[in-house]
Amino acid sequence: MAELTYRDAVARAIAQEMTRDENVVFLGEDVAKAGGVFKATVGLLDKFGPKRVIDTPISEQAILGAAMGAAMTGLRPIAEIMFADFIAVCYDYIANEFPKTRYMTNGQVGCPLVVRCGGGGGSRFGAQHSQCIENWVMQFPGLKVVSPSSPIDVIGLLAAAVRDDDPVMFLEHKSLYATKGEVPDGEILDRLGTAKILRAGSDATILALGMMVPRSVAAAERLQAEYGVNVEVVDVRSLVPLDTQCILGSVAKTGRLFTVEENPRVLGWGAEVVSIVADEAFYDLDGPPIRITTPNIPLPAADQLEDMAIPSVDRIVATIRKSLAA
Amino acid sequence: MAKVTPPAGKSGALPPNDDIGEAKRLELYRLQVLLREAEQRAFDLFLQNQIKGTSHLSLGQEAIAAGCAAAMQPGDLSFCTYRGHAHTLARGVPVEKVLGELMGRDNGLMRGKGGSMHLTSVEHGVMGSYAIIGAHIPIACGAAWRAQYKGASDVSVCFFGDGTTNIGAFHEGINYAAIHKLPVVFVCENNLYMEYTPIADVIPVKYPAADRASAYGLERILIDGNDADVVYRTMLKAFAKARAGEGPSLIECLTYRHSGHSRADPAKYRPEGELEKWKQRDPIKIYRERLKSFDFPDETMAAIDAEIKKIIDDATTACQAAPTTSTDILFTDVYADGGWAWRN
Ligand SMILES: Cc1ncc(C[n+]2csc(CCOP(=O)(O)OP(=O)(O)O)c2C)c(N)n1
Ligand SMILES: [Mg+2]
Repeated sequence: MAELTYRDAVARAIAQEMTRDENVVFLGEDVAKAGGVFKATVGLLDKFGPKRVIDTPISEQAILGAAMGAAMTGLRPIAEIMFADFIAVCYDYIANEFPKTRYMTNGQVGCPLVVRCGGGGGSRFGAQHSQCIENWVMQFPGLKVVSPSSPIDVIGLLAAAVRDDDPVMFLEHKSLYATKGEVPDGEILDRLGTAKILRAGSDATILALGMMVPRSVAAAERLQAEYGVNVEVVDVRSLVPLDTQCILGSVAKTGRLFTVEENPRVLGWGAEVVSIVADEAFYDLDGPPIRITTPNIPLPAADQLEDMAIPSVDRIVATIRKSLAA
Repeated sequence: MAKVTPPAGKSGALPPNDDIGEAKRLELYRLQVLLREAEQRAFDLFLQNQIKGTSHLSLGQEAIAAGCAAAMQPGDLSFCTYRGHAHTLARGVPVEKVLGELMGRDNGLMRGKGGSMHLTSVEHGVMGSYAIIGAHIPIACGAAWRAQYKGASDVSVCFFGDGTTNIGAFHEGINYAAIHKLPVVFVCENNLYMEYTPIADVIPVKYPAADRASAYGLERILIDGNDADVVYRTMLKAFAKARAGEGPSLIECLTYRHSGHSRADPAKYRPEGELEKWKQRDPIKIYRERLKSFDFPDETMAAIDAEIKKIIDDATTACQAAPTTSTDILFTDVYADGGWAWRN
């Protein structure tokens, strides 16, 4: 058992998989010599050498295209797109190439690769370097989408993503890189498509992802301590595949559903989840499902503006209190 | 690489046939000092945590911003990157507005909505600072297309770094400008590094822009980016060409950034002695010596230095006194109606 940061967990996960399988290769901008601009891949170049850990030019299309070609023909590439926002410049691979290949070729060609990127707000980086992009990527049948909130999940889910035979978007959160958690020694392997109940409760269910997970846990603790409201917090972890069983089970227990989403509101992942709950568990609900999201605006840079935009512990607490009191 | 060529003439005085002239030389000096001091102040304010978020400074690269701006006409358009403070200031945007934006104050250029990486001042011809590598290269082509279409005489100038030459948008944009002979000037500031990785590690040629110019039928232009006179002269030529309808230029300026890539970067990856070597070629040092060699008295430079220092100090004080941005602007200007509503 050791205490590890979320950023060190990334390097440990990649090292674990590269050690296990020589077909795993890793490429991206500034990832090798510099150890990544978020310092999440420090030490990999020393350990595995420049043949397997590769500094690329600023060429996102080349990064993802090369990863795909290698994946189609037998390697297991992990590609880093530094800031999640940059996915937009190589979107063709994500929208048209990775997810459709298996289907279009009638199963002849697969694309077992992982795209890692750092997303999310809190750094005062402004509208083009702060986005949560789950809703950019979860709409493509054939593409899997994972987003860990703790160091142990970074390792277990990244390992599972590398071993998965489908293309996986692995969405890390920049504001979590410095956070710490206990991680056991030895190999760690988790399962995609499994949510985790982080805090059991009976009055309401919160579904959260990424940086919204620690905020939701803090909100639940405050609701308990200050208002006696007992909230269950579910870390969704994997949007595709989605652990509907866990979600519906929690809603059946509590009767109230709140999603906490960092993405701007329109077409956020919570909209899909709420629609599933409405379809399949309507009569379990004791009140309207409520989505707590960033409003439908680009993110501002100034700190007090950004703090107002992204769901805060205060906003989560106030929204849940108001809704349960109604 | 173009030689540093001080104008011919008897040493110790500005020659009668000097192509730059006393007023321009003093403007070039003043601009470079302004950019240096403003960036240095931004850096200090970061260390004091009065500026949050990120920043990308142009310390050491001032001759390019100054030389370009001094050659531009009012109405010409600048397209900058996240490393855009210097280019924005060089077009005449007040220091207070730039520092205010970095500090998230209500007096900022965009009242804190955009931040350091997106400085924009349309009234000064600064059409934006773009933080997605290469995005603004085709955009600058579009602005130049409008000028061509309308028969307007303005030129668009697009600044970017060495690393940007490896993204598709660079090749698409330069080709597009070349085939349409668009009035646009592409300025590649080769400071030897991308973020932390040397450009030399990721290109098969020596000069990322100059060595590729021929692929687009453009002249190979490689200049000393630390000499404001060289930059100024090269830009004048490129502007004349653009305004004459003869199409774009791609200019690679060799330079070096004195600080790290961004606030987060202590620049430990640089080989020992490299920074010191480049500091010998500090653009401001070069320019001060040039002026001295032309017999500009020390007092002239000292007066400019003092004037700039006061501008920066006053701007800092004004920003510190300015209120933080009021949160009511969070929901403004998402759509052209001024608001953010997407449904009734
Ligand atoms: C599409 C895209 N990829 C990556 C980045 C991250 N990034 C920001 S600056 C930078 C380095 C750019 O280097 P260069 O073009 O040489 O400009 P410099 O920063 O040296 O001025 C990188 C990789 C980005 N902003 N956009
Ligand atoms: Mg550079």
